[in-house]
Amino acid sequence: MIVARTGNEAMAEAMRQVNPDVVAAYPITPATEIVQIFSSFVHDGLVDTKFVAVESEHSAMSACIGAAAAGARVMTGTASQGLALMHEMLFIAAALRLPIVLCVVNRSLSAPINIHCDHSDTLASRDSGWIQIYTENSQEAYDSVIQAVKISERALLPVMVTIDGFIISHGMERIDILDDREVREYLGEPPKRPNLLDIDKPITMGPLDLQDYFFEHKRSEIEGMNTSLPHIEAVAREYKERFGRYYPVIDTYRIDDAEVAVMAMGSAAGTAKVVVDRMREKGKKVGLIRMRVVRPFPKNYLKELIQGFAAVGIMDRSDTLSTLGGHLYVETRAVLYRASHQPPIKNYIYGLGGRDISLEEIEEIFEEVLEIGKSGKVTEPVVYKGVRE
Amino acid sequence: MKEGWRKLPLGAIIPEAGSAEKFHTGDWRSERPIYHPDKCIQCLICFIYCPDSAIKVEDGKVVGIDYDFCKGCGICAKECPPKAGAITMEREMK
Repeated sequence: MIVARTGNEAMAEAMRQVNPDVVAAYPITPATEIVQIFSSFVHDGLVDTKFVAVESEHSAMSACIGAAAAGARVMTGTASQGLALMHEMLFIAAALRLPIVLCVVNRSLSAPINIHCDHSDTLASRDSGWIQIYTENSQEAYDSVIQAVKISERALLPVMVTIDGFIISHGMERIDILDDREVREYLGEPPKRPNLLDIDKPITMGPLDLQDYFFEHKRSEIEGMNTSLPHIEAVAREYKERFGRYYPVIDTYRIDDAEVAVMAMGSAAGTAKVVVDRMREKGKKVGLIRMRVVRPFPKNYLKELIQGFAAVGIMDRSDTLSTLGGHLYVETRAVLYRASHQPPIKNYIYGLGGRDISLEEIEEIFEEVLEIGKSGKVTEPVVYKGVRE
Repeated sequence: MKEGWRKLPLGAIIPEAGSAEKFHTGDWRSERPIYHPDKCIQCLICFIYCPDSAIKVEDGKVVGIDYDFCKGCGICAKECPPKAGAITMEREMK
């Protein structure tokens, strides 16, 4: 069914169709609407969910962990400072191998205080052991939330699905939603796993784990992340077979004969696709790489893909504040180390705090990357696109 | 032999109940209580105070100390009535 939905509405709609057992949440701009709309569904009896209105995001994730440990299918939503306040609990959710789905609306972290989009919030959580899926638009956000439930239950890892704050969260788009029945048949009952309410098989979760076993348990968790990519891909394939829409781990646009490419993530990738079309009309061989799955980092696919270009421009809506550049740039450099062909790469940090990135600015990036492709030289490896000097 | 990481249950769970019994906390002991049955008046105060249930009691009478779980805190020796002095502490010899 074709409907008009904002990104927040699309994610709330997906949550309604998933009909989770428990949602524990605290409101925060620009993600408030997701759980606000969902709480209306609870009030109106459209879902069977137990909604826990907690006093903070730390408590929200704590309650989600408790509910998931009890065997429930659990979802929540947050953004920015809320995700930062959950930080401590994120690691626990992952290490306990709990399938929790978190809808995140990307928003910059304070200070200075700001409510608009950049990717600093979720990227600051990249080492917490959660699978991270960055979506481009409302349709993909809707589909990815449903997929995330399946992925989390197979990989036994929590999954966060993100949309760009305001640009997508509050932007109305035409999306195609599934029937409730289709979603419920697809997801089925959650697979049984050891849980605290199974009185026939009592277990202990979260015991003290010192020098003698912590290392083994952490190694096991790392393996969970290392082996999670096939689950993500299998779910994407099954989803395509059932419903027709397909989202690869790394999305690409017009790269087949491209000489150079630009890498981006989130809504800016949609803008960049328009630029690719414009430049293609002028005969310029450019393409786009959109990182969709960032945890686990798809190193082998990226290495294979990126070696084919004369140069790559990497757009980051975040900075690592490490002197090294943005997150995607740093990780792509790590992937390229020891690659047989190492194309020159340049980092364009853009859009912090919701600063718009225009078609013209992205075209400038492509033009510069084309030049780098010809010369093979990068004079300034990390630049800030759109900042007033 | 302890298991390697591949064989451990996911999420660091303990998949069985009552497994604390397998963890012999007596290993932690630096002092060892010695029970002298000839001096014991069977008041059972040591049994009541022991934080680790390490005073062995059979048919209502103290019969000894469970060294698998006694951490050597010395509370039993301290609480044993001075006139009886049925539990004394000595240095643990491993």
